[in-house]
Amino acid sequence: MDYAVRLRHVTKTFGKVVANHDVSMDIRKGEILALLGENGSGKTTLMNMIAGIYYPDAGEILVNGKTAEIRSPKDAYDLGIGMIHQHFKLIDVFTAVENIALGLEKNEKFDLKAIEARVKEICEKYHFELDFQQKVYEMSVSQKQTLEIVKVLYRGADILILDEPTAVLTPQETERLFNVIRNMKADNKSVIIITHKLHEVLSISDRVAILRKGEYVDEIDTAEATEASLTEMMVGRKVELNIGRSEPVNPVRRLSVRNLTVYNLEDVKVLNDVSFDAYGGEILGIAGISGNGQKELLEAVAGLQPAAAGSSIEFFERGSENVAMELVGKSPRKIRNAGVHLAFVPEDRLGMGLVGSMGMTGNMLLKTYGKGHSLFTDVKAPRVMAERVKDELEVVTPSLSTPVSRLSGGNVQKVLVGREISEAPTVLMTAYAVRGLDINTSYTIYNLLDEEKRNGVAVIYVGEDLDVLIDLCDRILVLCGGRVNGIVDARSTTKEEVGMLMTNLRKEGTAREQ
Amino acid sequence: MNSSLIAWILRAIPFGTIIMFGSMGEIITEKSGNLNLGVPGIMYLGGFAGFASSYFYEKLSPNPKGWVCVLLALFCAVAASMLGGLIFSFLTITLRANQNVTGLALTTFGMGVANFFGVFILNGASYTAAPLAYASFSKKMPVLSSSFGTVSEILFSYGFLVYAAIIMAVALHFVLNKSRVGLNLRAVGENPGTADAAGINVTRYKYLATCIGAGISGIGGLYYVLDYNQGIWATTGQIEALGWLAVALVIFTTWKPLNAIWGAYLFGMLYWLYQFLPGVLGIHISSYMTDLVQMVPYVVTIVVLVVVSFRKKKENQPPASLGLSYFREDR
Repeated sequence: MDYAVRLRHVTKTFGKVVANHDVSMDIRKGEILALLGENGSGKTTLMNMIAGIYYPDAGEILVNGKTAEIRSPKDAYDLGIGMIHQHFKLIDVFTAVENIALGLEKNEKFDLKAIEARVKEICEKYHFELDFQQKVYEMSVSQKQTLEIVKVLYRGADILILDEPTAVLTPQETERLFNVIRNMKADNKSVIIITHKLHEVLSISDRVAILRKGEYVDEIDTAEATEASLTEMMVGRKVELNIGRSEPVNPVRRLSVRNLTVYNLEDVKVLNDVSFDAYGGEILGIAGISGNGQKELLEAVAGLQPAAAGSSIEFFERGSENVAMELVGKSPRKIRNAGVHLAFVPEDRLGMGLVGSMGMTGNMLLKTYGKGHSLFTDVKAPRVMAERVKDELEVVTPSLSTPVSRLSGGNVQKVLVGREISEAPTVLMTAYAVRGLDINTSYTIYNLLDEEKRNGVAVIYVGEDLDVLIDLCDRILVLCGGRVNGIVDARSTTKEEVGMLMTNLRKEGTAREQ
Repeated sequence: MNSSLIAWILRAIPFGTIIMFGSMGEIITEKSGNLNLGVPGIMYLGGFAGFASSYFYEKLSPNPKGWVCVLLALFCAVAASMLGGLIFSFLTITLRANQNVTGLALTTFGMGVANFFGVFILNGASYTAAPLAYASFSKKMPVLSSSFGTVSEILFSYGFLVYAAIIMAVALHFVLNKSRVGLNLRAVGENPGTADAAGINVTRYKYLATCIGAGISGIGGLYYVLDYNQGIWATTGQIEALGWLAVALVIFTTWKPLNAIWGAYLFGMLYWLYQFLPGVLGIHISSYMTDLVQMVPYVVTIVVLVVVSFRKKKENQPPASLGLSYFREDR
């Protein structure tokens, strides 16, 4: 067997986080390999090591049978490896040709005309359509992707890595891309494709390799795989969690979302006709592969994303359950003051919600200063609040004025969630509240949320870990492609069912409503 | 042709040349994504090093030669300014210090150094001169500067650095837009992450662009002292104002060296507007209005900035990562 790339016992850690542990896998020449795994299972990290972005801590990589030291993207190019990243690496104000010419070997004559002629050959060979003089900022996402592929091919890559190439493409564009990939395979090139869409895996790949929590699980020939078997391999065995889930007591409708549609800045529909109710005294989980509209949904409710015409988000205040308050069109501050709170933990944890250089008191002040009526800001109330959050959630900090960016990740999140809880909200939305937290702190947060639920708060929990969603929530709403693909009872559902709903968009009207 | 209009042009072109050097250097620097607000300080350093070297050469050499004077002054000015650029590069690229703060500190530093050592040269006098350097730098072209009357007067009555500046601007245009180095440099300033992934040494490009840029800016200071100011080390405070005008000119040109040529002369015309308003346009202004009229170049810059921002044409925007430090490990 001819192998293009072989990974031998590759391990990569970031600080204490193990991204990949002892991964060994092979990529054959002239095959299309799909790399599958849940979010955070280490797929991109693994591929970045082949592409020279990261360097493995242990283990070795063999390219074409020889041990390879890949220390930079340039080394990877020299070995014939090209990666198309999820976030394109292109210069906006350059033309297509200029982007291709970037960083080429010094001894090659700098002649854009000659480069253009060679690019033209590649385009004809693989049937690409590319306007060489077009500026990148005028291009559509699919055009940019074409340019990235051409760029990699121009550099003579025989091994191509595509990181979620179809995430932003329309079905037609995806089909065109797949034809290109098949052409490359016919040309005896190796292609590795990372994707979450199982039907794409089945239609394009020859073999599937599966990662789970940074470890290599298994591989399977695509011909023998089904969507169900892949889901099971990807999700793995059920991990027991002990979360004190209380029975919902006297649920009261707090939020009624109807036909919510949201377009993002690129005018792509990120939420499509979403309808659901959230009740006080219950935790509504929201599951979905990241980027399927979870963030937009919460932001739309919080007033941070404009909802398209025809959308309706009704809110029922405590004590006035029969009076609906329309949230669409209201300012984020008004929505928050009405009692709808959002605690969103972004990838970098601090970006949204907390100011890193301010202490706990200062961060509490961010949400309370509007209440002051005197000329000067009232610092006493936020200080009291900060002390309470510190005591109740056992935040470890030298003082209330220590910048929160110096606290550990778990403590930062306690501050964020604690602040939102401390003002007794009616609806509490949290997203990725346990992102990057160790198991103990995660449980503190879960129990906090459960406590809020017992206090009659309508909790909406967006999470990545299916085990937790199933154990913590009362109902789980599954988003897929910006649509509600089903709302299931968390007590009776299985991980497989939720996993299937996450990856397979059901036909109109078959979604199981409860 | 109106004689005061000619006098106005004769005033504006040398003035424009000073800031043209200053802003060409800054354009190179900013194209690499480094915002160096130390331009006034660097021009100070260049001016002082150029003056000091030729002053001592004239004083100590028994038989000083003009061409030696020119080369020595140019070498010292460029070297001193590049040293300023190197300090900025080390602080902002290697140590990732804030570029705005570092630049402003460099301006203060350059002025301080030049004035401090200037005391020793002045030695108690109110000014000191380097007459041979002045004569060499302001030497007019033979034949061309005298044979064609008014045309000669307007076009060919300046020292060689005026023409060097124009040639340099054109050359810079070609390097930036037509060469591999230029393409890579622009990529670094736009998106260092992409440039890095393409195999370009981002750190090296930033260092070189900033140091070479500083060297070119420094020639502006040299030209001010040894030609414009007639080789006299006095009223050097003016250099700072010119330095800021050079920074404004970078914005005015929308980072294009060719625009720096006419932009610099336009700034020169506008700066001296107050003196020639009565003679050329018949408008009389009171003396207390002078400073207000001298503000016009800055006002024009702000107008350009606003217009450019409004039109949102990507090509006219500053380099996308201007003022930001880069590290690869950032995720």
